[in-house]
Amino acid sequence: MADYGWPKAEDRSLIGKRTTRVDAPAKVSGQAKYTYDTHRPGMLYGKIVRCPYAKAKIVSIDTSAAEKLAGVKAVHVIQKVGSTVQWAGDEVVAIAAVDERVADDAARLVKIQYQKMPHFVSDAEPPKGAGDTAGPMSEDDIDDAISNQMPDQQLIEYLGTHGVTFKADADYFKQVKEWGYPDPVIEAIRKAQFHEVKGGGGHSNYQRAAAITQGEGAKALATADVVSDGLYGASAITHCCLESHGSISEWTEPDKLFVHMSTQNVSGIPGQMAEPLKIPAANIRVHQDHIGGGFGSKFSPDRWGVATAEISKKADGKPVRIMLERDTELEIAGMRPSAFARVKVGAKKDGTIVAWQSDSWGTGGPGGGGMPPIPYVFNIANQEKNHTAIKTNQGPARAWRAPSHPQAAAITMCALEDCAAKLEMDPVEFFLKNLDLAKPRTEIYREELGIASDLMGWKQKWQPRGKNRSGNIAHGLGLSMHTWGGRGHNSDCDFTINPDGSVEIKLGSQDLGTGTRTSIMVVAADTLGIPLDQIKLFIGDSTYPVSGGSGGSTTIGGVSSSTRRAAVDARDALFAKVAPALNVQPDQLEAVSGNIRVKGDSSRSLSWKDACSKIGAMPITSHGKNPDRAKPPDLTNSGVGGVQMAEVQVDVDTGIVQVKKMVAVQDCGLIINLKTAESQCYGALIMGISYALFEEKIMDPVTGRMLNPNMQFYRLAGLNDIPELVVHMMTGKGYDERGVIGLGEPPVISPGAAIANAVANALGVRVPFLPLTPDRVLAALQQNAKKGAA
Amino acid sequence: MHDDEDDLKHPSDNNQERSGVSRRDFLKISGIAAAVPAVAGAPTDLAAQTGAPVYGPGKVPMEFTINGKTYKAQLEPRVTLLDALRDEFEITGAKRVCDRGECGACTVLIKGKTVYACSILAIEAQQTPIMTVESIMAEGKLHPIQQAFIDNDASQCGFCTPGFVVSCKAMLDAVPSPSADQIRQHMSGNLCRCGTYEGIRKAIAQVAQKGA
Repeated sequence: MADYGWPKAEDRSLIGKRTTRVDAPAKVSGQAKYTYDTHRPGMLYGKIVRCPYAKAKIVSIDTSAAEKLAGVKAVHVIQKVGSTVQWAGDEVVAIAAVDERVADDAARLVKIQYQKMPHFVSDAEPPKGAGDTAGPMSEDDIDDAISNQMPDQQLIEYLGTHGVTFKADADYFKQVKEWGYPDPVIEAIRKAQFHEVKGGGGHSNYQRAAAITQGEGAKALATADVVSDGLYGASAITHCCLESHGSISEWTEPDKLFVHMSTQNVSGIPGQMAEPLKIPAANIRVHQDHIGGGFGSKFSPDRWGVATAEISKKADGKPVRIMLERDTELEIAGMRPSAFARVKVGAKKDGTIVAWQSDSWGTGGPGGGGMPPIPYVFNIANQEKNHTAIKTNQGPARAWRAPSHPQAAAITMCALEDCAAKLEMDPVEFFLKNLDLAKPRTEIYREELGIASDLMGWKQKWQPRGKNRSGNIAHGLGLSMHTWGGRGHNSDCDFTINPDGSVEIKLGSQDLGTGTRTSIMVVAADTLGIPLDQIKLFIGDSTYPVSGGSGGSTTIGGVSSSTRRAAVDARDALFAKVAPALNVQPDQLEAVSGNIRVKGDSSRSLSWKDACSKIGAMPITSHGKNPDRAKPPDLTNSGVGGVQMAEVQVDVDTGIVQVKKMVAVQDCGLIINLKTAESQCYGALIMGISYALFEEKIMDPVTGRMLNPNMQFYRLAGLNDIPELVVHMMTGKGYDERGVIGLGEPPVISPGAAIANAVANALGVRVPFLPLTPDRVLAALQQNAKKGAA
Repeated sequence: MHDDEDDLKHPSDNNQERSGVSRRDFLKISGIAAAVPAVAGAPTDLAAQTGAPVYGPGKVPMEFTINGKTYKAQLEPRVTLLDALRDEFEITGAKRVCDRGECGACTVLIKGKTVYACSILAIEAQQTPIMTVESIMAEGKLHPIQQAFIDNDASQCGFCTPGFVVSCKAMLDAVPSPSADQIRQHMSGNLCRCGTYEGIRKAIAQVAQKGA
């Protein structure tokens, strides 16, 4: 059996070193082509007419004037009359025209009548006792679920478990069939048990989503010497990908579709488009060279993606491009759910944490959402947790880097820091004291806390709360810890060594800007002992071997593992061809520095080119897979630890927070490319400063719309907001042998909590919610002053 | 950082026949329109009465000098320079992100000054040589700032990168060794989402040290 394991440290030529991003020259010169840059022959420009109301029923649609406008090639109704719209900005009608201006003009000619319905967009703390438990579904509930794109299987299961509140008749089934309810759902409604609900049934926006007790629960608070009590949380934010969501669809044959799409999921898109378009997935080809950001929001073709295909069909199959406008991108194409909590933490005098009690809430849009994983990292023995999910018309939630973890960190790490403050303990010591609760990563965190403290100068700089003030400027330090899974997604890789020495690799993967292209090539080049530029890599097409979507920090595990296995098999096949010429057994050969040579005898060697000339007429081909139990070992691992520290200064007169320094210490197992790994951490710290201080999806309770759907008022951190950043990757013994673990999520989890803790340390007052905007800082100071006066 | 109106010679200043409406002319037209309230007829008719040239609303011939080459097209006067570059001439280095002068992804150079291509009409940009990121790489050779971006991993998804490269080049042309404050000022008009500022900062430092 071939040895697929990662090479030993001394045998690595490229793995773990700093390799320059292979697509950087294309990106800095403007040559890199994104979906938004792609022009197809005869391409039409699409525009979507969107509902201006946060909740409404569509009463009538009149597209006749738009259809008559010169230059309009097709009009397609996306949501039919009778549908319920669940958020402002939802799609109703699509238009394809010869250029964008005509499409805009046509959109203004579409007349849609809505019956406005009451909306709800507030994620403020639920009133005491509010909240329905899960129950049977009404006709509206089912319609809401379908409008909200709840997966069919989930809806069917829910109907099976909870039943319905109404007796469906033939008219109902005829109607929903017309509305396009999927047949399996209709069948599930038919079979669902009827439950009579008195008083019209509960239709609260508040849903009790979790009630969990562990150990003694909140009772254990009574045994604590000290109980801290506070309010914490993180507001809803958006993804704000610079390249908005969108695609170009064209029918190359009556039943064959070619799609360019900005997506994190090249291999996974055909399957998702096949069902609504009623063609086999094999007839759909998806292509993408570069993507301008995804961050978790681009896994699905989305209704507007399917609409490009539908409207292209009506326009004789001509390519139709629909890219979302910036306001729409911010309103509907990505939201990180909010999460807030009232937390009590109980500890002994020596700092040992004994109990956790939390009442949390938050919204993930119409679906409500779940409880973030609190208490985070520290598995406290006694816990009592209640969570209320709030169903709102804020727009649909999407996975945002490390789903639920930044919120969990903001709640947990801030509550623990408050407890440390109440104990008058240095939080680093408090965390160290309780590291046994952070199993199985106790030792990783211990080492990281030490390194981070040194890099920050924590011991020299840290002072108890509110004690470090010069004039109106308060200084503070804060910390946070995080974890994430990893492993590798399913990945298939085709590998070819040609007789001329060139190497080709094909995977249906994508490079989100994380450096996936470079990492695949590093693994291949290291395995074959050749330079990067001898390798041609093809990714970003669904006709290539299937590789998973880029989410959950699983890409590097998946592609590095499938590439390594394929490369080892191809290399060993080459050894077999070359061995006779060097008069040794194939297992006596090694591929090093552009040569195939006899182990321990570098005088007996062939250059890569000469070696490949022994291949014969047909190239060597191999196929690698992840996971692949038939080819051990598992090259990936899971479960990283990271520690971050922030230093801030706060102007107590203006409430403006400035981050002065951040330190990130991160473990991610074996690093493939140190340069892009560090960039991931720098980027995460910067994105973290952005959501800690500036970003918030602000909803207007009156109109139900987002108030800041632009880049002026939905503020991203700029270069001037970025302080000294220190990134330290845990490498070498104890880390490398764990295998490859992804890095997209972990470092973005802690910045918000670390910065919030630094602000609390500076001010001596907790500012409860992220982002820490000047108004929130001043309000917290004011409230504290009042408390002091009372 | 901003297009200084007086510095930008508008086509109408030297060639009334072929060119578009300058911002100054536009102000004149709208001023007069406002001064004659409640007169029937479209503003364009009013403008015609003043003797100012009137273009549109249909397509009109336009001519541009982009990266040293001449480009001609029939465009509506409402088309922005950015849309003309991207959709008409398929010069797509300048990106469309906010489309309202907030993010800098569409930054181009007009007379050496940075301009948001989304915030200027194509018709206004005729006859002034326009440089996009594509022209910064001269004869297949990367500009030092581009090389520095590569060396310091200053791009991730890369969508903001062309705008940053153009802004950095303009800054370094004007101020070869910028101070921290000057960098702050010159770079305040571009935004990145992936968080490449650390690399950009190092790239600027690399070029400022070595000289462009």
